[in-house]
Amino acid sequence: MRWLWQGLTTSVGTKFLMALTGMFLFLFTVAHMVGNLQVFAGPDQLNAYAAGLKKLGPLLWVMRLGLLATFVAHILCAFSLVKRNEEARPVQYAVKRPIAATYASRTMIMSGLIVLAFVVYHLAHFTLGWTHGDHFALRDAQGRHDVYRMVVLGFQSPFVALSYVVAMVFLGLHLSHGAASLFQSMGWNRKKYSCFFAGAARGLAMLVVLGNLAMPLSILFRLVGQEVTP
Amino acid sequence: MKLDSAVPSGPIETKWDRHRSEMKLVNPANKRKFRVIVVGSGLAGASAAASLAELGYSVHCLCFQDSPRRAHSIAAQGGINAAKNYSNDGDSVWRLFYDTVKGGDYRAREANVYRLAQVSVNIIDQCVAQGVPFAREYGGLLENRSFGGAQVSRTFYARGQTGQQLLLGAYQALERQIGLGAVKMSARTEMLDVVVRGGRAVGIVARDLVTGVISTHSADAVVLATGGYGNAFFLSTNAKGCNVTAAWRAHKRGAGFANPCFTQIHPTCIPVSGDHQSKLTLMSESLRNDGRVWVPKTAQDRRPPSEIPESDRDYYLERRYPSFGNLVPRDVASRAAKAACDSGLGVGPGGLGVYLDFGDSIRRLGKSTIEARYGNLFDMYKKITAENPYEAPMRIYPAVHYTMGGLWVDYHLMSTIPGMFVIGEANFSDHGANRLGASALMQGLADGYFILPYTLGNYLAQAGNSQAKEDQPEFVAAASDVKARQDRLLGIRGKRSPDSFHRELGKLLWDKCGMARNAAGLKEALAKIPAIRAEFWQNLAVPGTGEELNISLEKAGRVADFLEFGELMCRDALVREESCGGHFREEHQMADGEAKRNDADFSHAAVWEYTGEGKEPNLHKESLTFEHVKPSTRSYK
Amino acid sequence: MNLTLKVWRQAGPSDRGRLVTYEAKHVSPDMSFLEMLDVVNEDLIARGEDPIAFDSDCREGICGACSCMIDGVPHGPDRGTTTCQLHMRHFKDGDTITIEPWRARAFPVLKDLVVDRSAFDRIIQAGGFISVNTGGAPDANLIPVPKPDADKAFDAAACIGCGACVAACKNASAMLFVSAKVAHLGYLPQGQSERDARVRNLVMAMDAQGFGACTNTYDCEAACPKEIPADFISRMNRDYRSALLKGDA
Ligand SMILES: Cc1cc2nc3c(=O)[nH]c(=O)nc-3n(C[C@H](O)[C@H](O)[C@H](O)COP(=O)(O)OP(=O)(O)OC[C@H]3O[C@@H](n4cnc5c(N)ncnc54)[C@H](O)[C@@H]3O)c2cc1C
Ligand code: HEM
Ligand code: FES
Repeated sequence: MRWLWQGLTTSVGTKFLMALTGMFLFLFTVAHMVGNLQVFAGPDQLNAYAAGLKKLGPLLWVMRLGLLATFVAHILCAFSLVKRNEEARPVQYAVKRPIAATYASRTMIMSGLIVLAFVVYHLAHFTLGWTHGDHFALRDAQGRHDVYRMVVLGFQSPFVALSYVVAMVFLGLHLSHGAASLFQSMGWNRKKYSCFFAGAARGLAMLVVLGNLAMPLSILFRLVGQEVTP
Repeated sequence: MKLDSAVPSGPIETKWDRHRSEMKLVNPANKRKFRVIVVGSGLAGASAAASLAELGYSVHCLCFQDSPRRAHSIAAQGGINAAKNYSNDGDSVWRLFYDTVKGGDYRAREANVYRLAQVSVNIIDQCVAQGVPFAREYGGLLENRSFGGAQVSRTFYARGQTGQQLLLGAYQALERQIGLGAVKMSARTEMLDVVVRGGRAVGIVARDLVTGVISTHSADAVVLATGGYGNAFFLSTNAKGCNVTAAWRAHKRGAGFANPCFTQIHPTCIPVSGDHQSKLTLMSESLRNDGRVWVPKTAQDRRPPSEIPESDRDYYLERRYPSFGNLVPRDVASRAAKAACDSGLGVGPGGLGVYLDFGDSIRRLGKSTIEARYGNLFDMYKKITAENPYEAPMRIYPAVHYTMGGLWVDYHLMSTIPGMFVIGEANFSDHGANRLGASALMQGLADGYFILPYTLGNYLAQAGNSQAKEDQPEFVAAASDVKARQDRLLGIRGKRSPDSFHRELGKLLWDKCGMARNAAGLKEALAKIPAIRAEFWQNLAVPGTGEELNISLEKAGRVADFLEFGELMCRDALVREESCGGHFREEHQMADGEAKRNDADFSHAAVWEYTGEGKEPNLHKESLTFEHVKPSTRSYK
Repeated sequence: MNLTLKVWRQAGPSDRGRLVTYEAKHVSPDMSFLEMLDVVNEDLIARGEDPIAFDSDCREGICGACSCMIDGVPHGPDRGTTTCQLHMRHFKDGDTITIEPWRARAFPVLKDLVVDRSAFDRIIQAGGFISVNTGGAPDANLIPVPKPDADKAFDAAACIGCGACVAACKNASAMLFVSAKVAHLGYLPQGQSERDARVRNLVMAMDAQGFGACTNTYDCEAACPKEIPADFISRMNRDYRSALLKGDA
């Protein structure tokens, strides 16, 4: 296994890990979004979906731990790369102009850290119920965890909604580069596809941003869940 | 000075093969104990250093650039010749040999040229095995083209970057040996003297260009692969760093300098644009395949070229050489351009340019065909001049390009100092008085890959270890000479920069010892050079110290050598009372202005021996006999 | 035209260095950037000051010696052009131009604008070659190479090793340089037997020299005077992956 460790800890190997974990997180983000969009289908649908997930029992925990490990691995690789990269240029230029590098590609660590902060907050909010314990405790008519009301009540607060908007913009930024970049890192990119990958990545990132923003914004502006009041 | 060419006996076709099997061998176990210094990492130096290291010798290689990959060979564009006959058009070793001797205007040593043609085929094999990406046909086999007026297609090429690709092949072979510990590489290190002990070259003195440390290095043999001296003219197509220093220092230590006046002027370069000009850019010779050369018929015709009607244009090459037209050899085309400009017909700034017009070809073949053939060259031209050659004709002018002269070597590539070998452009080479296109790369690699590794072994097997050590008095003395000279350069603290002296010398050489020479001009130059030199040693400005990276100091050292060497060049041109190849003496021409060779008196290599500061050098002659290629008059009418 | 130059001056490797302002007067648009510096240097020498040290040799865009960071872009504003081929007509009268050396841990500054790029040579030593000794090569036409492969190998081999990719990269990564060598030799049949080992050794050597990793920002390809495409980086990653999966990396 030494060969594997050696091979994966080089600059190129670390990027494989970065890309694979990033890809997994990206797929999760899409799946997560699709699940949550059920908020538009009404309380019953969303709460049933949530209850369904809970029923997975140990499998859910396997998934959660897997996700956590992926996330942690992604972050550890990010820090290792950032360290390597910073050390590679100890003295900065007085003047430096990017030529082709997009803003997103130059700020991956910043967008990533904002996403990290957001994820912590997001978990505290909806998964652990630390920030709004009262919303978290709500039960629906069938005695299920009332995810619908929790979400709606949360997003009716402009501050909460705004934090999601900001986070999504940065997630979008992260993915607009990351989703194409991973193909390059894995060596799947080829000259003739690269435009396609870049376009698709930006498109998908946009979709994730729009899909995820549809929820807080439509709730904030009382297009959805206006019947729910605290 | 004794000139023994050491050409083996026997028929020319088998000389080399037989000699190879007769040469002495070094016991493999002893090779490691032989230390060889290779100065230079161009095609010749890198190929030699790598090959010698592969054989087991302990090699130390030096170059003044920051990496061996940047040697001037990298800039060669057109291609490399080899007698492969892949084109099935009747090429052969014999034909390449014949063309090279004839192209050199019968001033090269037949036996060497034959060997060069022989090993040319191995070079291509070797380079392909190394991964040199030569141009290929759709079937996957190598593609050839005809180059420089050759009647067969024997030129292998890699787009317009053949030198680069060949050098990268040799460089990679060299780096491999460095990685294996078989070669010690010192980049950014300039050789400043040869150490001779008991009549044998046993080491060098070098300066680390970053720290300024001057060090001595002992060895069992020294190989100079330091390139040509075209920069004596200041403006040339050579890289800025090309110099005569290594060769000149060796000359002063006893190496004969052969034919210093043989320089090649390339006809298609981008003209000078102003006083700031630092070098000249070559435009590939292939342009003359589709471009037509002309000047206005009347002097001072200031109309833009598009407004000059056909009737007012003089297509002088087509007029003077109806059968070869625009494709006459380099020297002929260059002189014709000079003649046109001298009579006031030149175009562009200072009237130093002629048109190379693609208008007809574009009309005949279409812009896209011309673009496919020369697109990159047109782009380069546009980048430099900001003129669009698709719309207006290019302006071109001849420029110094290559030096056929160099340190004299025998058949074994050994100079007149035993133990010192000279390869590549630095030796007086196999090109006689004029080099054919695509033959310099061939010669550099032939020397380094396939000739020197044998002949050097033969020498070492007989001469044995030199027992040289850096603490011997010869080394100490040579190092202190170098140091003293450097201190002198630094101590003048005058007003003029090294470049300003270099420009002055270059201009003088170009005017008096350039494309056309005459006795009066050469004598004038011989009178003026010592004066420039005297001012140099009184009024040179070199800021800084010797213990640091000091570009002015590097330049000053090289200019000092050019100032001595330039004189030898003019002297050689003056005594060679004939015109041959690149050497055109105005007194020696036919009624129609063509070169007039004098085989009766000048069928020899002129080899100069240094006799001391301020003393006249001695001239020795290696007479050249032509048993296989009978001298005839070149005619391109 | 007249220009103001802010040039990085650093007396030696251990000196701190700083930007110094110079006036460049009577600059002709036909000058190359380096000829403009030559003229500035002639003035400096005339005043007895140390001229600005910079690397250059061929001055025709092929040796890769010249290496100036011009207004924050390697080799300046003209794409696909080395500093020596950059002409002053790309600037306007009155411009202020900042000129700095390449900056990377692996390229320490030696003096002013001169840096030590021997790290590139050490990478090549680790495997940037085909292991054949002189002599014994088979006839060149015994190894046919499909033209498209030969052409791609050439595109990669066009690298001049100037280091602009490293200079431009926000991570000072040498991926474009290394991938070009991997691609040059990897496209050719001659290069196959060492392909896995080569990519492994070159990547490890690149890391050992202290270059950064690739974030796929593609400033390298945009800065490359030979316009070598970053596509080769993907190809190198592919080669590395396959070597890794074979357990050879
Ligand atoms: C623009 C141009 C295009 C050309 N095109 C072609 C072509 O198409 N075909 C062809 O056959 N020929 C061509 N030539 C000629 C050919 O390129 C050269 O003759 C040949 O490359 C010389 O190789 P070399 O190894 O002898 O010397 P170089 O490549 O000049 O190498 C000299 C080496 O010596 C080192 N050196 C020099 N002095 C010292 C010193 N004092 N101390 C330490 N090191 C030193 C340098 O660092 C360098 O490494 C061209 C030349 C030019 C200028
Ligand atoms: C939902 C969460 C996340 C997703 C979907 C995601 C996705 C991705 C993807 C697809 C990549 C591209 C990989 C490549 O270039 O090969 C990437 C790169 C990166 N990610 Fe994330 N990421 C997430 C969270 C984070 C976090 C929390 C951090 C911060 C610590 C982070 C830091 C980075 C960095 C620095 C890179 C660029 C690495 C480089 O090329 O130098 N990411 N991410
Ligand atoms: S000086 Fe050679 S590339 Fe610029």
